[in-house]
Amino acid sequence: MTGDVLNDFCIQAATVNGSGSQSSNLVITKALFHMGIPVAAKNVFPSNIEGQPTWYDIRVSPQGYQARKRTVDILIAMSPATWERDAANVRPGGAVIHEAALPRFGAADRDDVSWYPVPFARLAREKLEAKPDLRKYLQNMIYVGVLAELIGLDPAAVEQGVRDQFRTKPKAADLNLAAVQIGVDYTRDNLVKTDPFRVAPMDGTRGTVLLDGNRAAALGSLMAGCTVLAWYPITPSSSLCEAFIDYAQRFRVDAATGERRFAAIQAEDELAAIGIVLGAQWAGARAMTATSGPGISLMAELTGLGYYAEIPAVIFDVQRVGPSTGLPTRTMQGDLSFVHTLSHGDTRHPVLLPGTVIEVYEDAQLAFDVADRLQTPVFVLSDLDLGMNLWMTAPLPYTERAVDRGKVLDAEALEQVAEWGRYRDVDGDGIPYRTLPGTANPRAAYFTRGSGHDEHALYTEDPDVYQANVDRLRRKIEGARTLLPAPLIEEAGTRVAICAYGSTHHAVVEARHQLAEHGVETDYLRIRGLPLHPAVAEFIARHDRVYVAEQNRDGQMEALLRQELPGELADRLRSVRHFNGVPIDAEAISDPVLAGELAQREPADQQAIETDRVPVG
Amino acid sequence: MPSIAKPPVRHPALPVNELGLTERDYEGPMSTLCAGCGHHSVTAAIVRALWEVAVPPHMVAKLSGIGCSAKTAAYFLHGAHGFNGVHGRMAPLATGVAAANSELLLIGISGDGDSFSIGIGHLVHLIRRNLRMVYIIENNGVYGLTKGQLSASADVGSTSHWGTAGVIQPIDPMLLGLSLGATFLARGFSGDKVQLVPILKAATGHRGLALIDVISPCVSFNDHEGSTKSYRFTRDHDVHGTETDFVEPRPAILAAIGREGITDLTLHDRSRVRARAVPQGYDPTDRDAVGAYLREAHARGEVVTGILYVDPSRPTFHELLGVVQRPLVAVPYSELSPGSAELERFAQS
Repeated sequence: MTGDVLNDFCIQAATVNGSGSQSSNLVITKALFHMGIPVAAKNVFPSNIEGQPTWYDIRVSPQGYQARKRTVDILIAMSPATWERDAANVRPGGAVIHEAALPRFGAADRDDVSWYPVPFARLAREKLEAKPDLRKYLQNMIYVGVLAELIGLDPAAVEQGVRDQFRTKPKAADLNLAAVQIGVDYTRDNLVKTDPFRVAPMDGTRGTVLLDGNRAAALGSLMAGCTVLAWYPITPSSSLCEAFIDYAQRFRVDAATGERRFAAIQAEDELAAIGIVLGAQWAGARAMTATSGPGISLMAELTGLGYYAEIPAVIFDVQRVGPSTGLPTRTMQGDLSFVHTLSHGDTRHPVLLPGTVIEVYEDAQLAFDVADRLQTPVFVLSDLDLGMNLWMTAPLPYTERAVDRGKVLDAEALEQVAEWGRYRDVDGDGIPYRTLPGTANPRAAYFTRGSGHDEHALYTEDPDVYQANVDRLRRKIEGARTLLPAPLIEEAGTRVAICAYGSTHHAVVEARHQLAEHGVETDYLRIRGLPLHPAVAEFIARHDRVYVAEQNRDGQMEALLRQELPGELADRLRSVRHFNGVPIDAEAISDPVLAGELAQREPADQQAIETDRVPVG
Repeated sequence: MPSIAKPPVRHPALPVNELGLTERDYEGPMSTLCAGCGHHSVTAAIVRALWEVAVPPHMVAKLSGIGCSAKTAAYFLHGAHGFNGVHGRMAPLATGVAAANSELLLIGISGDGDSFSIGIGHLVHLIRRNLRMVYIIENNGVYGLTKGQLSASADVGSTSHWGTAGVIQPIDPMLLGLSLGATFLARGFSGDKVQLVPILKAATGHRGLALIDVISPCVSFNDHEGSTKSYRFTRDHDVHGTETDFVEPRPAILAAIGREGITDLTLHDRSRVRARAVPQGYDPTDRDAVGAYLREAHARGEVVTGILYVDPSRPTFHELLGVVQRPLVAVPYSELSPGSAELERFAQS
């Protein structure tokens, strides 16, 4: 034992997917949460239903850091296939709880960690009164008990976690609690604690809930009055659509007739999903779809039509890694430049960049307003980490907000208008007035088509008319700069800054603390939307070096900034990139920033900082 | 190539329908398609049919994809909103429009390239959804706008303008529809307006998807000797499966197959379609028999036209979705937002 490590470590459960380990991990997460200990959970899972290795990282930190931690302090090893590698990853001084049958040789034979062998399979077989097929799942609940006893989880919090997890199945809850108790008893009777990690109740979770971004997006869409959902199943966005349906079925169903005040359409593909959204929006309903990169690829052509025909649409892109079998269940910020100009020809779409669960919820609502206001497709860019993992967040606020349906003329309003043309810019903001099908006014009808139309929606290929139209569209989208949220700025007047967006935020929070410990104070700019808010360039102008941190290989945001900023500001940008499929951690930012800042300093200063640096595993 | 508006002058003696509208009120701007194109006649039949059933123009939504067929959506019913989408994606757009506003009558104009190749994945699912829509395929066996490539409806051996012959089995939308549970299948010929108008009128009264395959020859690229989608070939090989008499609305009468081979079909607006079987014993409600008949006729080189199959009993898109009777666009925001108390409850669970 090397002293006490309280409430500040990372547990990794390495299990086999389809074995029920998700429930066990959620119970641990919720138990810690109920003890008031800030917790962050990252599910690193395979594209598979059953039998493949999967990892669940549960981080506790008194500061409430939500980013992934690179080091593993306590390993729960249940996966034979990755056992050696998982055991080798544990940091020196760490602990390994493992199935006793897993052999300790090779990389798993080290003496700088605490070993806790537990015969999980035998315990489940001998002690659990359950059917054999259930035992597989309950076996994993035993490790909850082992961990609880070793680190000091409050039994009441564990019970609450189990009851939460099996809320609708009290009998299952009892069975699982029995499994937990088997682990507790075995540990008490057979294991001697030799590791330093333990937890104690604290007051760090009051006023917060555990929620994933996809649920927040679904609630936001419901609040925004979205009535038509069209979607095609794809990880990691399916749970967003399923949550919307779940919530809508609870609230939007007439108690007397059973009729629904929403239409949820599982489409044949993403081409159809965006087509349904555009059709519904054209007819006046608020409609949305959610997908990931492969689906965005299929939506390219119709999104361009939406841009040119000026039809609102809300598209959630819960980003993941590349096409086909390219790490489909891993996270990335790889679609930024792709969605911003999705489609052929001159197109540019407003993109919202939420970084927290609350922002996902708020941006979901805002996206519908911006789409209606600008009459154009709007993207909300989330990612697998933000969308599918549980985050500690303040409860989603209810805001009384006026819904902005934009410039829509109904039959009466049209009476008051002397000359109406679907694509006429009468207000000077590039935004025309639209009418909806079914409007009982003989002047309401128009024919919607692609880019070749005049102000009255009549077909033309006239070069001047075309150019004037696309110029107007550019002006219209320019308006998004101030319609989208302003960047979040934390500024203390230093000359060095970090710039980030989306879920990278949480690693930045921690990285800035790490950097400060090494004498590097940083300001912080978090971009919240594209096209860029004017405050972005102003912030960069106040700094000498701005490190743009993001989760993709080529530095897409940095490239977008370079494209837009004058050369002397572009020269101040430094790119920090993380792109291995697992969520970014603080060191992925603090290491390169520190190196970059070291290079700026006098040799004597460099040495002072280097000797101060704690090695990172 | 600007849209050419037609002169607004009208003959005062033009007859009016029950809405007080003349047939001119159901027209659109001048067509830019080739002189003699079959699509002109389809457009004229649509105008006539919609005027006769007296659909309020603003309650129609016109939809199309891309192609010569797609252009024709502009050439009728200037008083209705229209949406010329992208190639092959009319069906999803239509699905969205229908979901948003169930009161609109959707009229979709597609072609054989649009529906049978690039958009067939959507057509298949549109048929399964059975949403209320008149889906017209202007079928000429050829890609006209791109200058004469054979389409997926070109028969084996039918030659293109450039001399190549079809070698792959064609797609027959009627057989496709039968296999997918379509609820209204008809085939017409742009050269036979007398038959096409009542088919279209009946289609507007159908509660689900009415799929109408209209052989509509392309005079520029597929009207030559050796083509099986020419005016000449279609006239020579047209066999009326049924003759259709559209009966104006009257109290509901159950569908009954008479001894003389007459089928009365009651539509959702309680009007009736009377289909008179021309081949003895043709029964447009017998799915298996219709399929067998169409396959045999195709093997004989016949083009069977008429209302070929009807099943008004299957649930529609809106019934399947379980949505409210009123259009979703008419539901006020106060009935859509969960409100603060509900939000709290949701967030905690």
